[in-house]
Amino acid sequence: MSADQLRAGQAVTYISVCRLDDIDPETGVAALVRGEAVAVFRTLDDRVFALSNYDPYGHASVLARGIVGTRGEVPFVASPLLKQPFSLESGQCLDDPSVSVATYEVDVIEGEVRIGARR
Amino acid sequence: MSPHLRKKVVVVGHGMVGHRFVTAAIERGLTETHDIVVLGEEPRPAYDRVALTSFFEVGGEALSFLPTGVYEDPRVTLRTSTSVIEIDPAAQTVMLADGEEMAYDELVLATGAAPFVPPVPGSELGNVFVYRTIEDLEAIREAAKTAKVGAVIGGGLLGLEAANALHQLGVETHVVELAPRLMAVQVDDAGGNTLKRHIEKLGLTVHTGVMTESISPDAVVEISVVDEVSTGSTTGGTVLDGKVSALKFKDVEEPLPIDMIVFSAGIRPRDALARAAGLDLAERGGVLVDEQCRSSDEHIWAVGECAAPGGKMYGLVAPGYDMAEVVADALLGGAGTFAGADMSTKLKLLGVDVASFGDAHGTTDECLELTYSDAVTGVYKKLVISEDGTRLLGGVLVGDASAYGLLRPMVASGMELPENPEELILPQTTGGGGGPSSMALQLPLEAQICSCNNVTRGDIEAAVDNGCESAAEVTKETKAGSTCGSCKVQVKKIVEDYFTAQGKTVDTSLCEHFAMTRAELFDVVLIHGYKTFDQIIEAHGTGRGCDLCKPAVASILASQLNGHVLAKENRKLQDTNDAYLANLQKNGSYSVVPRIAGGEVTPEGLIVIGEVARDFGLYTKITGGQRIDMFGARMEDLPAIWKRLVDAGFESGHAYGKSLRTVKSCVGSTWCRYGVQDSVGLAIMLETRYRGLRSPHKLKGGVSGCARECAEARGKDFGVIATEKGWNLYVGGNGGAIPAHAQLLAGDLTTEELVRYLDRFLMYYVRTADRLQRTSTWIDSLDGGLDRVREVVVDDVLGLGTELEAAMVHHTETYFDEWKATLEDPEKLRRFVSFVNAPDIPDPNISFGSARGQIVPEVGEEPAAIGPVSLGASIPVGMPTLEESR
Repeated sequence: MSADQLRAGQAVTYISVCRLDDIDPETGVAALVRGEAVAVFRTLDDRVFALSNYDPYGHASVLARGIVGTRGEVPFVASPLLKQPFSLESGQCLDDPSVSVATYEVDVIEGEVRIGARR
Repeated sequence: MSPHLRKKVVVVGHGMVGHRFVTAAIERGLTETHDIVVLGEEPRPAYDRVALTSFFEVGGEALSFLPTGVYEDPRVTLRTSTSVIEIDPAAQTVMLADGEEMAYDELVLATGAAPFVPPVPGSELGNVFVYRTIEDLEAIREAAKTAKVGAVIGGGLLGLEAANALHQLGVETHVVELAPRLMAVQVDDAGGNTLKRHIEKLGLTVHTGVMTESISPDAVVEISVVDEVSTGSTTGGTVLDGKVSALKFKDVEEPLPIDMIVFSAGIRPRDALARAAGLDLAERGGVLVDEQCRSSDEHIWAVGECAAPGGKMYGLVAPGYDMAEVVADALLGGAGTFAGADMSTKLKLLGVDVASFGDAHGTTDECLELTYSDAVTGVYKKLVISEDGTRLLGGVLVGDASAYGLLRPMVASGMELPENPEELILPQTTGGGGGPSSMALQLPLEAQICSCNNVTRGDIEAAVDNGCESAAEVTKETKAGSTCGSCKVQVKKIVEDYFTAQGKTVDTSLCEHFAMTRAELFDVVLIHGYKTFDQIIEAHGTGRGCDLCKPAVASILASQLNGHVLAKENRKLQDTNDAYLANLQKNGSYSVVPRIAGGEVTPEGLIVIGEVARDFGLYTKITGGQRIDMFGARMEDLPAIWKRLVDAGFESGHAYGKSLRTVKSCVGSTWCRYGVQDSVGLAIMLETRYRGLRSPHKLKGGVSGCARECAEARGKDFGVIATEKGWNLYVGGNGGAIPAHAQLLAGDLTTEELVRYLDRFLMYYVRTADRLQRTSTWIDSLDGGLDRVREVVVDDVLGLGTELEAAMVHHTETYFDEWKATLEDPEKLRRFVSFVNAPDIPDPNISFGSARGQIVPEVGEEPAAIGPVSLGASIPVGMPTLEESR
């Protein structure tokens, strides 16, 4: 099964990547999902978000290492390279709405964090 | 223009005004066509005579306008210790003391003035001084070592400066003034009395309205021959000899016993050269010059205190600067003129503010006076107002001169007075409406704010329009406030008001989550003793923070508690460099820098670094801070790399932190045949003391073992340069986009004093600077700038010294190597993995090419993926064995 097939939505499966406890609140971890690097974040209220780990500005796979915070009500991660803020909810860059990173379906079942299809 | 067609300007005198002429000539382009030779009589280049009193605190170098003794423009030559003894206007030559004859095309006299010593019998005795040059002050300091009681003859502006110097040197000081009040020229009787009370409160004795009749020696020596050209007064066959012992006042029976005397009874223009050359002089002395400052000889000009434009001599630096600019302009064919000067003055004498401006004595016909006097606090203020009450003509301020910055331009611009002019001088708390400074915006655009450099409100606002974003930048751009500094507060106010008027808010909030500055937040955390970000944001912030406030809080907590930056509650606050204790590079890999204190490393240490770099395939480069940076480390390899380094005795270099980086050193007296102190030893000691100190911005230091300054210490936040007597401490330097030269904080320190001042300086900075504000801009941002830093750090005026030192001792005692501690803690190591679910698979997005025999990062335009995507040859590829679920 190739990544291309998966992107086309031909097989939507959830992949368990770690326990929720493996992610400290207000931080992220990088996970390898079907060959792609995915940044998985946990907020203080235990919501979990999954974005592509790839920073489209810095061209490096680093978003999981950024600082997590809020802008207004929106939870976001600041790229550790050049600090561009990306919404955890939509993947959109909060300073430039024309740029966004991919987001992934994500859920937590019995303490297991699972990543689904790319949205 | 071929070289022989270049003309030559000779400048006689290298004081403040001579120096200003040269800088004006360079700036205006005169050196494109003219060579300039400056002949200075003093042994050192021009220095800030206005700030002469601070010589005892900061030393001669800090006062210097040209510490290197060389102008950057190679067409200007400065010769110090060079006296001119004759001018021949017909031949257009000057004769030097050593017999050399020098031709000129244009001659600029900037010979200044000499202190006037009245012909009082006994004035030729030992321990009688004047107050004009650094050499004078050195002699006074020497005499003060044994003298107990001293008198200053002259209670004017300079006399009080001299009294301050004696008082500082621990001599019981008397001030003797002929006039019925102190500072008779500048202030009125009530102002003089207020000033007198202030000064007496400090323990000085003031004698006003007394005339010095004679000075008695401590010995009378018989001599057989009296040299007839002796300037000494002779009585019969005896001559006064030895040192002073007492002052006899006219109509006072009892003489005043004293051990030393400083004459400060006014100055006289040094016009002897001009007189001998047959130039026209003013009636009361000084080279008579026209409004372009040209003398009676077409090719001779005079500027500063030796000149008398229109017959009037000006004993202040600002008119001298104006004259220097006028002559530079005239030599370029300009038509600028010197149109008289504003003799307004503001200064701090013995800690007392005194200001005098415009018609301070109310000599205008029918003028009105408005006074405010508070004998309890010692504040006296007088405004002189036009008969119809619409315009301010002048005034006197003693004890509180904060309104000077507003009032003086009001006089100069002739603007209409507000309805209740008394509010201009009432204390701000009762004056209502924010006090006088709130009226700054009403000053007309042409109102001159900085009289030293002729900068108007319009110039200041234009500088803001041209992109200056702070008062400090405006000062750099326009020179406003850079000479005497009396208008600095006003400049800042105008800049801020102008920002506000444009709708730009000067928002000092840290970010949307904290409506306070970093310094305020620091205090809040300290006072409440908070230990975590969550406590702080719940009590004092909103939301959940961001990439601005979280690292700032992390830094504050680290400065106060010195815990591990990767402790569970701190981890989420750290910027990516601190979060992985390494420096993130462009492709997502990291660089690693072990500490090499002072740049000293053993061959074994070098071998270990080389082996680690080789074994992990890292690119190596020598840093500017005299250590070795290893690039291209994968995040998951960092613990293994550090294990090797820690085992070999290395520790974290904190290259990733806003913290102390390095203390660079030259090789010092151990090896260098010029070195006077062990710079390497001191650098290692300082780097070891301050390692790990978290600060608002990165911090760098340097130590040079002699004045050659090979460690480039003055390009550092703190720089130490060895002297024969100890260490000079410089602060506020940096390289980078806006380089700054560190300025002298204190000179000739013992190592113990140096460490004490550095402890205080660094902690004061850590506590009060803004986020990402380097020491240079932090110093500029303080009211009073470097002087304020010196007051707090050296004079300890805030009484914070002990607390700041204790905070630094806490830091040194709780320091630990954070990489070693990380290696010992599995919980901290848990995060150093490429993928949480595939820790054995390296990140495919990190790949390298090669250049000059080493790796270089390759950056792709699209994310790489594992699987059907081609990867760099050096990357091990393998499909993860993942558990898939529904």
